[in-house]
Amino acid sequence: MQKISVLLFLVWICFLFYAGIALFTSGFLLTRLELTNHSSCQEPPGPGFLPWGSQGEPRACWMDSRFSRLVLVLIDALRFDFVQPQRSNVPGETSVSLPFLGKLGSLQRILEIQPHHARLYQSKADPPTTTMQRLKALTTGSLPTFIDAGSNFASYAIVEDNLIKQLTSAGRRVVFMGDDTWKDLFPGAFSQAFFFPSFNVRDLHTVDNGILEHLYPTMDSGEWDVLIAHFLGVDHCGHKHGPHHPEMAKKLSQMDQVIQPPRGVVERLENDTLLVVIGDHGMTKNGDHGGDSEPEISAALFLYSPSALFHKAPPEEPEVVSQVSLVPTLALLLGLPIPFGNIGEVIVELFSEVEDSQPHSSALAQASALYLNAQQVSRFLHTYSAAAQDLQVTEIHRLHNLFSKASADYQRLLQSPQGAEAALQTVITELQQFLRGVRALCIESWARFSLVRMAGGAALLAAACFLCLLVSQWATSPGFYLCLVPVAWGLAGVILCAGLLAITGLKLDPVVLGAMAAVGSLVPFLWKAWPGWGSKRPLAALLPIPGPVLLFLFIRFAALFSDSFVVAEARATRFLLGSFILLLVAQLHWEGKLLPPKLLTIPRLGFSTPTAPPRHNSMQALWLGVTLLLCIRLAEFFHRCPEETPVCHSSPWLSPLASTVGGRAKNLWYGACVGALVALLVAVRLWLRRYGNLKSPEPPVLFVRWGLPLMVLGTAAYWALASGADEAPPRLRALVAGASVVLPRAVAGLAASGLMLLLWRPVTVLVKATMGTPRTRTVLTPFSGPPTSQADLDYVVPQIYRHMQEEFRDRLERNKSQGPLTVAAYKLGSVYSAAMVTALTFMAFPLLLLHAERISLVFLLLFLQSFLLLHLLAAGIPITIPGPFTVPWQAVSAWALMATQTFYATGHQPVFPAIHWNAAFVGFPEGHGSSTWLPALLVGANTFASHLLFAVGCPLLLLWPFLCESQGSGKRRQPAGNEAEARVRPEEEEEPLMEMRLRDSPHHFNTALLQLGLKYLFVLGIQILACALSASILRRHLMVWKVFAPKFIFEAMGFIVSSVGLCLGLALVMRVDGAVSSWFRQLVLAQQR
Amino acid sequence: MKDTDIKRLLYAHLLCIFSIILSIFVPSFFLENFSILDTHLTWLCICSVFVTAGNLVLYLIVKPNASSKRSSLSYKVTRFLKCCIYFLMSCFFFHVIFVLYGAPLIELVLETFLFAVTLSAFTTVPCLCLLGPNIKAWLRVFSRNGLTSIWENSLQITTISSFIGTWLGAFPIPLDWERPWQAWPISCTLGATFGYVAGLVISPLWIYWNRKQLTYKNN
Repeated sequence: MQKISVLLFLVWICFLFYAGIALFTSGFLLTRLELTNHSSCQEPPGPGFLPWGSQGEPRACWMDSRFSRLVLVLIDALRFDFVQPQRSNVPGETSVSLPFLGKLGSLQRILEIQPHHARLYQSKADPPTTTMQRLKALTTGSLPTFIDAGSNFASYAIVEDNLIKQLTSAGRRVVFMGDDTWKDLFPGAFSQAFFFPSFNVRDLHTVDNGILEHLYPTMDSGEWDVLIAHFLGVDHCGHKHGPHHPEMAKKLSQMDQVIQPPRGVVERLENDTLLVVIGDHGMTKNGDHGGDSEPEISAALFLYSPSALFHKAPPEEPEVVSQVSLVPTLALLLGLPIPFGNIGEVIVELFSEVEDSQPHSSALAQASALYLNAQQVSRFLHTYSAAAQDLQVTEIHRLHNLFSKASADYQRLLQSPQGAEAALQTVITELQQFLRGVRALCIESWARFSLVRMAGGAALLAAACFLCLLVSQWATSPGFYLCLVPVAWGLAGVILCAGLLAITGLKLDPVVLGAMAAVGSLVPFLWKAWPGWGSKRPLAALLPIPGPVLLFLFIRFAALFSDSFVVAEARATRFLLGSFILLLVAQLHWEGKLLPPKLLTIPRLGFSTPTAPPRHNSMQALWLGVTLLLCIRLAEFFHRCPEETPVCHSSPWLSPLASTVGGRAKNLWYGACVGALVALLVAVRLWLRRYGNLKSPEPPVLFVRWGLPLMVLGTAAYWALASGADEAPPRLRALVAGASVVLPRAVAGLAASGLMLLLWRPVTVLVKATMGTPRTRTVLTPFSGPPTSQADLDYVVPQIYRHMQEEFRDRLERNKSQGPLTVAAYKLGSVYSAAMVTALTFMAFPLLLLHAERISLVFLLLFLQSFLLLHLLAAGIPITIPGPFTVPWQAVSAWALMATQTFYATGHQPVFPAIHWNAAFVGFPEGHGSSTWLPALLVGANTFASHLLFAVGCPLLLLWPFLCESQGSGKRRQPAGNEAEARVRPEEEEEPLMEMRLRDSPHHFNTALLQLGLKYLFVLGIQILACALSASILRRHLMVWKVFAPKFIFEAMGFIVSSVGLCLGLALVMRVDGAVSSWFRQLVLAQQR
Repeated sequence: MKDTDIKRLLYAHLLCIFSIILSIFVPSFFLENFSILDTHLTWLCICSVFVTAGNLVLYLIVKPNASSKRSSLSYKVTRFLKCCIYFLMSCFFFHVIFVLYGAPLIELVLETFLFAVTLSAFTTVPCLCLLGPNIKAWLRVFSRNGLTSIWENSLQITTISSFIGTWLGAFPIPLDWERPWQAWPISCTLGATFGYVAGLVISPLWIYWNRKQLTYKNN
């Protein structure tokens, strides 16, 4: 019963975390479905004829092309006020000294001299105002969010319909120069391209000078229809110096030169060419961008053509248009179909008939352009709402009605062309209303952070962390489990509420419902628990974590707020873990814990030199630590860069063997990988022989003996086939293909059946009914590493009778008079950890199969270093008998750190392009058809393998000190510091009880498991809390979408995997416990007969 | 323990700090273009030499540990040679630890090694001066309740603060500030130096403030 409530409590805590994560995510990560539909010339956006189209002109599409060529000068972060003139007429203002004002004088001059040819607009960008999202918006006309669902995470290439795609499919030559982000967004779309690296924010000139070198020659050559020049200098200057810096003035003047008539772009334009100068976003006072503040979203938009564009003079104050308006406008002006997903509204002024300045025909032209635009948007809205449900249905309905009405009015007007201008204006207004309504609707659901939800989610996460801390302290008190009752009441109440709401027809967001359930159960729990807790302890005890560990956790917490540290987290984690290990060694030495050889887990010392000076022991501990450091350092060779930059190269060993050239190297690597597999197998078997029992006739043991080698064989054969598939002779192709399907599945199936067997019969104990103490033994070499002498090999752990008798007495009182039982059970002392290690091995093999071959070496290191860490930690954990047992914070923190370190060491990075997509095809070389959950599962298992393994293996932290006891006892001298233990075990000197001590006090055992789970959840929880806080506080940061948001997503997924793994691991321990109990019962019954 | 002892300790530490200051300013008289950041390796060499010399001078003047019973020349020579070997070993040991902590393996070997030498000068040399080539005594000093004099206490504090300084010095390396001192191993050496100096300053003060509570086994 207690076990169940421990598990339930942990599940409830996990639920609190999940609710917090979900609430935060729903406020922070705005999502949108990407449609892959495309507009085409042949297919008009809606019913009705094309207004001017199909008149036989070669370049006519939905509309006649007005310009055949376009020069798009994109100046990154060109804020609107950068193009404003310096206003000296306002006295007393400091604006004169602002370095960014009045530097783009050529635009102003053009506006004054040729008012009908040029126009300046203030364009409003939609948040997130980061360059990549803005580029996406400027070409698709949509509202890109961070996660555009359905997009291909492996690359940034735009899959939606966009201007560039329309241009290339219309056969226009698009020449690009500048920021290399475009290369990722539009791979292979340009007829000619000059890309320059954009990642170095401190470099103001490389991109701009590179463009200037190519811009004029290219323009003069005439080999282009559309020329795009993306200058980055202004943006980089903003990031480096901010806008209020003389450097900004220089940069803007340089941009001015680009346009300025005598030598600049303007002189080179012809009559059929349109010049667009646009900033993709603005910048804050500090030069940052990414958020939604006014200076960030207001950018400049300047249009110019040598032929007259407008029939009215420009207004005093430049008009405000939304940034995406440019997309439909350019599309129609260039005679292209509007991209399918566009929700921008055409700038109507540009569609007036300039030559014949009749107001009526001009308005009609505007109306028809708007109508085309509205038809296209309506089509998009229809398609989108059919595919996704995140838009409000009522609003869609209203907009649909609006469009029907406007469309009817428009058709009526066309029937009677002499209609009044007023009617025309009404139609224009109606169409504009429709378009703006659609945009507002989309913005509402795609482009606005919900600060309330973000704050609520973060608060819930923080509360859950706090609860973990609190309860891990409090769990030892007896009345604890009563507090689960209010939790149940709270949950039941919320579920009831939800049911009532559902019946009354109110639809409630499941995320909000989850959060409500979390709060609704948390509050009664605290209500019930607080009086009992608060009265007992001072508040200082709220922070039970020892100082050094607290420092490490704080560093880990704080490091997630710095983008540099998140990018360099692989290195930082290794460094922290290394420091932690050496700190552990130093602490052990400092506190004199290394003096008694019992606690040092290397058996040789205890025997050989009973009077050894303590330095030997210190040296051994140091040796353990240094070996661990070496493992960590070796794992670094499999590092992957978050992004390929000149200063960071990913390890070449991450690629599959099939891609290596050179048969010899391939063979050597293959040998090494198979060697790693075999070493892993041998290590596990040796360990089991040493602690567990490989002689037991139980099915899991038989499976370990025979199934594991089979799995190794299958894996090795699969790798051989996969790496050499191309070289197979044609006759064997079919066989190879079949084998590469069957083998991975077979390995996975074997592992699954092994786990099933283990769950079915988890007790791996050999029972022998002999007289007296059994001394039959096998001589073994111990598991990897520490050398031992023969005399030390006293690892057979016969279970003594005392336990039987206790069990006996508990259950069958009449057995009191019975003498010593003549039953010896081998290896009962390690029954829990043997099951854990077996389960971990079964899980590791299929996970290993999902990785590239050479990662198997890392898996070997993983097992080795967790073994060493457990040994090191066990030295510092005192075994208190009869309890309470505790796992110290440093053990849990080091374990969690190592999980993160292994995540990086297996070639992962928390960015989407770094995901190992190949894992989806292991065992499914032909792909998965339409199913998505299976590839997602495979890729997820690959990505979070280390989280899973370490979380499942978490109970080992509790069990290991008991294992190490076996080596200490029998060769004990009475250490000074251990009187307590010596007092408790005077009579049982000869046989260590090991993990049976846990069984001796089931209450303490359960409490220890609960504490362990809570501590691990706390350590993971503060990481996810830090990620959430950093993402919300730094939501204006330049790197939020590149660094913080992906980190948050990976951390959240990792947390979910880890928490599930943790619960599974604890459940496994409990299952073993139950099985051991029933085994005892059977034994006792058998004895009676 | 008397106040005079603490005073002597303070003067000794001031001498050590002075040697570090000298290592910063003296070379610029003899070498052109000398600065800590640009010619970092030179400074590392000079600093180690100065600190070592300062410690040796202190050792000869103050003689903090009781004079050994044997004072034959051969004993002194072997002792000196042992000290040299220990010093070299500690340099190599630190080098290995740095590499294990993530320092580049092949590139910048000289920098890493000189850094190890400097850290050895800050930590191992005082240990050797005070305790001699006796690992047992070292281990005793660096464990709880193992101190026997204020000299050992100050040695403990300065050594630990040097290590902490080195450790903290590694933190700015990943940041994207693009400062010259963020390059390996400059920030770490600077951290070690600051830690050492801080330890030198703190330890007399700390001992002075806690002089009532401090009791040493032998005194």
